[in-house]
Amino acid sequence: MDKQTPLVDMRDIHISFGGIHAVDHVSIDLYPGEVVGLLGHNGAGKSTLIKILSGAYQADGGEIYINGEKAEIHNPRDARKFNIETIYQTLALADNLDAASNLFLGRELVTPIGTVDDDAMEAETRKIMAKLNPNFQKFSEPVSALSGGQRQSVAIARAVYFDAKILIMDEPTAALGPHETQMVSELIQQLKTQGIGIFLISHDIHDVMELCDRASVMKNGELVGTVDVKDVTDDDLLSMIILGKRPEGVNVQG
Amino acid sequence: MQNQAKNLINKLGLDPRLLGMIGALVAIWIVFGIFTDGRFLSPRNFFNLSVQTASVAVMATGMVFVIVTRHIDLSVGSMLGFIGMAVAALQVQILPDLVGLGHWSVWIIAVIAAILMGALLGAFQGWIIGYLAVPAFIVTLGGLLVYRGAMWWVTEGQTQAPLDTTFRLLGGGAEGTLGESLSWIFGIVAALAAVTLMLLSRRNKANHGFAVKPAWAEGILLAIAAGGIIGFVWIMNSYPISKGAMKRMTKAQGIEYTDGMVWNHGVAIPVVILLIVAIVMTVIATRTRFGRYVYATGGNPEAAELSGINTRWLTVKIFSLMGALTGIAAVIASARLNAVDVGLGTLDELRVIAAAVIGGTALAGGAGTIYGAVIGALIMQSLQSGMASVGVDAPLQNIVVGVVLVFAVWVDIVYRRRAGA
Repeated sequence: MDKQTPLVDMRDIHISFGGIHAVDHVSIDLYPGEVVGLLGHNGAGKSTLIKILSGAYQADGGEIYINGEKAEIHNPRDARKFNIETIYQTLALADNLDAASNLFLGRELVTPIGTVDDDAMEAETRKIMAKLNPNFQKFSEPVSALSGGQRQSVAIARAVYFDAKILIMDEPTAALGPHETQMVSELIQQLKTQGIGIFLISHDIHDVMELCDRASVMKNGELVGTVDVKDVTDDDLLSMIILGKRPEGVNVQG
Repeated sequence: MQNQAKNLINKLGLDPRLLGMIGALVAIWIVFGIFTDGRFLSPRNFFNLSVQTASVAVMATGMVFVIVTRHIDLSVGSMLGFIGMAVAALQVQILPDLVGLGHWSVWIIAVIAAILMGALLGAFQGWIIGYLAVPAFIVTLGGLLVYRGAMWWVTEGQTQAPLDTTFRLLGGGAEGTLGESLSWIFGIVAALAAVTLMLLSRRNKANHGFAVKPAWAEGILLAIAAGGIIGFVWIMNSYPISKGAMKRMTKAQGIEYTDGMVWNHGVAIPVVILLIVAIVMTVIATRTRFGRYVYATGGNPEAAELSGINTRWLTVKIFSLMGALTGIAAVIASARLNAVDVGLGTLDELRVIAAAVIGGTALAGGAGTIYGAVIGALIMQSLQSGMASVGVDAPLQNIVVGVVLVFAVWVDIVYRRRAGA
């Protein structure tokens, strides 16, 4: 795996807000078919780092390479061109619109005369929802009327539908019950086998140990290190997160 | 009984809020009808009401987009005045020298100039709001003062009159209508179009295997839509043109006027303009990407931006559209009065905002309909005309309109809370 060109290579990324180094010269990478966990406390800089990749923020410095080529990502539209899809922690849904409108937001299906084709979008939404969350039925109601899990599945469907090559999941299971969490785990496994690279931001060490190949740990905006998950224990990861201490006798990158 | 009614409304797929607004409108009409011994319910009054509503309603459709995206536009009244004055000066002072007095192209140039001016002024305001991040309230409050001042400068405060004779038709009046036969044709075509569209949409849904309304419910809706359009045309065609105007018009057309000859008004041209604007705006709101982005941005600006929508550019487009509609409204308002003085459009911004808000547009953003805004404008105008015809003093009229505005929004808030939306 290491000999391949990384799908994503973020080098020396830094950004500060009002003098605070939210992300302080961090480098991480991601290979096809790999899940990299991003760990750290609230405010460690994980979400900020990932929002630079998804185009929501612009870095003050550093470079992003996609498939070995330098990529300029200035806004979310640019990120979508590189097949980067993001499931935000806030889900980023327009509450007043229905599931289909949200799923296709910014990429609507249109009729031959250029008007939005709501019926076709609803039909597509029904198809993908039948796979992701067969219990989902509320297609004509605004997403504000949906439960947390249903809203989450809309956000996931949106990221998965458009042939993502790089998937960013920011706390994808935070709002979910055990059954739905299990479904997300299975989905991640399935996407891996399709060669999609996934950044998974999570608070849950068990999630990371179970789903991820590698884990990058951040603390106070800096990268503590990146480790192979199979080389470390839960406690090793915890001490990286809490103390910023690299485990001994383990190959740590970054 | 109550449950049966609810069930029926559900089956018909009608918006309860729409029914509420129509109910309020009909109640206002009936009350004023009683107080005026039926004068308020005469074809003559409905004709005047439709013409008086047109200018504010045209702007209200644009205000829906502005408010849906959590902005406000306080400048529309002044902008209407400024554009009206500029276009009047164009007709009275400039074009007669260029193309000749009464030339056929005068009204076309004037209308295009009005729409272009509005679109450009609006785009400039939208640019300041979207790209320089100055709040819309402040930008358009500035616009309110700037345009009112600029209006005075166009002609040093002189009233501009009379306007081009063809241009004047756009404001209504005895001549400014479709006439009887054309009104019938208009009504029949509109009714057929409505029925066709509803049937097409039903077939489309059925093709995708989605649930459709029962056939009888669809039938009732078709009947209401077609009946409403034809009924409206019938009322407009029941208002006879006055003798004086008849003599003028028959002379112009080279027909001999005889006693007992009756022509009726038909649908006024400004009302036709309003209907076209309302239909186009509804299509934009519900069937285009632009419209979808307007509502998405109103519902969650951050999500819209993250979904790749260029919300700054969207703001420019929304305010430019608002400006273009203000240009159309300026044409209607100035043509109706056949003169423009420095007071034209004063306080119109508040009427427009009130119409949109009474029509169910939420100031918190994300919700609002074009038809609601048009009905809202009609409710406002009905109240005002009604009170004037009953003989209520002008100050009391303002008080009543103000109270109704607050009351209507409170009812809407309660309704939203109940509906859980």
